[in-house]
Amino acid sequence: MQHIVVFPILFPLFSALLLLLPPCGKSVKARRFASVGLAAISLIINICLLSHVLDIGTLTYAIGNWQAPFGIVLHADLLAVTLTCLASFLSLCCIVYSCAGDDAKGSFFHPLVHFLLMGVCGAFLTGDLFNLFVFFEVLLIASYSLLMHAADKHNTRGALHYVILNLVGSAIFLIALGTMYGVLGSLNIQDVAARISQLTNDDVSLAKIGGSLLLIVFALKAALLPLHMWLPNTYSNAMPVVAALFAIMTKVGVYSIIRVYNSIFSPGSGPLGAMGQDVLWFAALATIVVGTIGVLASKDLRKLVANLIVVSAGTLIALVSLQQMQATAAAIYYLIHSTLVCAALFLCVDLIASQRGKVADRITTGRPVKQGLLIGVVFFAAALAVIGMPPLSGFVGKIWILKATYQQGDYALFWPIYLVASLLILVGVTRAGSIVFWQNTSKDIDKIDVKPIHKFKVWAVYILAGVSPFMVIFAKPITDFCLQAAMQIHQNPAVTQLTGGL
Amino acid sequence: MELLYSVCVGVLVGCGVFLILRARSFPIVLGLTMLSYAVNLFLFASGRLTINKAAILSGSEQYADPLPQALVLTAIVIGFAMTAFSVILAIRARADLGNDYVNQLAQANNKTGVRK
Repeated sequence: MQHIVVFPILFPLFSALLLLLPPCGKSVKARRFASVGLAAISLIINICLLSHVLDIGTLTYAIGNWQAPFGIVLHADLLAVTLTCLASFLSLCCIVYSCAGDDAKGSFFHPLVHFLLMGVCGAFLTGDLFNLFVFFEVLLIASYSLLMHAADKHNTRGALHYVILNLVGSAIFLIALGTMYGVLGSLNIQDVAARISQLTNDDVSLAKIGGSLLLIVFALKAALLPLHMWLPNTYSNAMPVVAALFAIMTKVGVYSIIRVYNSIFSPGSGPLGAMGQDVLWFAALATIVVGTIGVLASKDLRKLVANLIVVSAGTLIALVSLQQMQATAAAIYYLIHSTLVCAALFLCVDLIASQRGKVADRITTGRPVKQGLLIGVVFFAAALAVIGMPPLSGFVGKIWILKATYQQGDYALFWPIYLVASLLILVGVTRAGSIVFWQNTSKDIDKIDVKPIHKFKVWAVYILAGVSPFMVIFAKPITDFCLQAAMQIHQNPAVTQLTGGL
Repeated sequence: MELLYSVCVGVLVGCGVFLILRARSFPIVLGLTMLSYAVNLFLFASGRLTINKAAILSGSEQYADPLPQALVLTAIVIGFAMTAFSVILAIRARADLGNDYVNQLAQANNKTGVRK
């Protein structure tokens, strides 16, 4: 049972390889069937790991039984395992959605999704900074290829920007790791956290440079303000099902900041404690503002949803930069909610675009959506959730965020910005929704010849959006769970012993 | 030795950044390659530059730090794959867009420049 920690990484690797081999490699039907099945097994493995972690507590697994500071450890605490569950659930939904035909528009869709899942799960589980880099690269190279899936002329430039930006990001990541290793002599996150408080004189500044570079790289992945430019273009250029899958990728950046910032730069870790807190806080607030302006300025629905992702990233980083347990717990709840809802919105936009003919997803008067009721209901629900209106999960998340910041005394600046931003998002999304669904050229709806939506697509969107009411009905256990996960993050890392081995 | 080494890394990074800012795909690929060379050298130096220390177990008293070597090896492999991908993507972009400008603004500026 102890080996289960490594399975969320190994199993997607195994499934991706299996999907490349015959018979899955040859027949589309077999590939789809196998891909859905394997993704479901992957989700079950993650849920087993989650229940195991809930029973026993944080698991640490030394790969190859090389002990902690020298070997690579996997560190499965509640937050990491929750996010691997989230990632595998999201990829299962996206795979089901793609089986309606999107996967056949290019080659190797299914193996790439599984490789992406492997990278994401690895980045969540690893307890070693260099290993984090390796898993970042695994998920990035899968994402590069997915971005070009079924791409035409217009997508190439967006993809080129994304690839170049991330390659430069990887170079900075390595420089940061080199600096950290040169100063601290270790790359294990717990070990680094323990050693960083004992630095003196010049070493402190060097470690500060390394740490700042590290935070810059994570901010790039999480799309924090000066580094968020790539996101709206990339996400709106990708195929919607790929964009929905990418909703987890900014969260990998946020997760890395939660993990690194709260252990290596925790307030208790000597001269570097709470390093750059102000920068992160103000950058996050500015991200919320810019994202909101983006939402209002969007001319098509895909850009609008991409900007909503920017806003959610800003909100998350603002909460994380407070380095308080309540705020982190609220961030975890909001993270789960916003990932699933934004993914649902991306898929929903695809459904809308497929039924409006030439107008596609542009926010303008055009043909009515043929299956307006079916799509409208789920769009309405997801929009309510993403805005944070009652009764859906966004509302619980929003109240908790406001409460957490109120307790920290940071509300004077945060509340006005966050609440006005929410109001403007409400205006933006409402406008978009009412124009798309209600403001139509008068055409008899029965005469339009659009294919009805494939049932797989409907299921996938409804399941993704259906998690939102679920998160409200079971709000109490889920919030308790988030608090427990946040508590594990905020335990003093210097006190927890370096453990590893079997 | 340290001075020469650091100057080398610095020059490589400088050239890399300059080439990346050229905003055309071929210089960018070259720039990224230079940047990754510089990064590999830098990683290697993070284990301290030493002379006459054994790199592998051989009964010697003193050993060079083995971890940076492992890190560099990993970084080289990953960098190689990424460079290959960016080359392919650059060729694809050249074919799709009909030019090698990475953003439209640079392309527009250049066109007006030619007209003058």
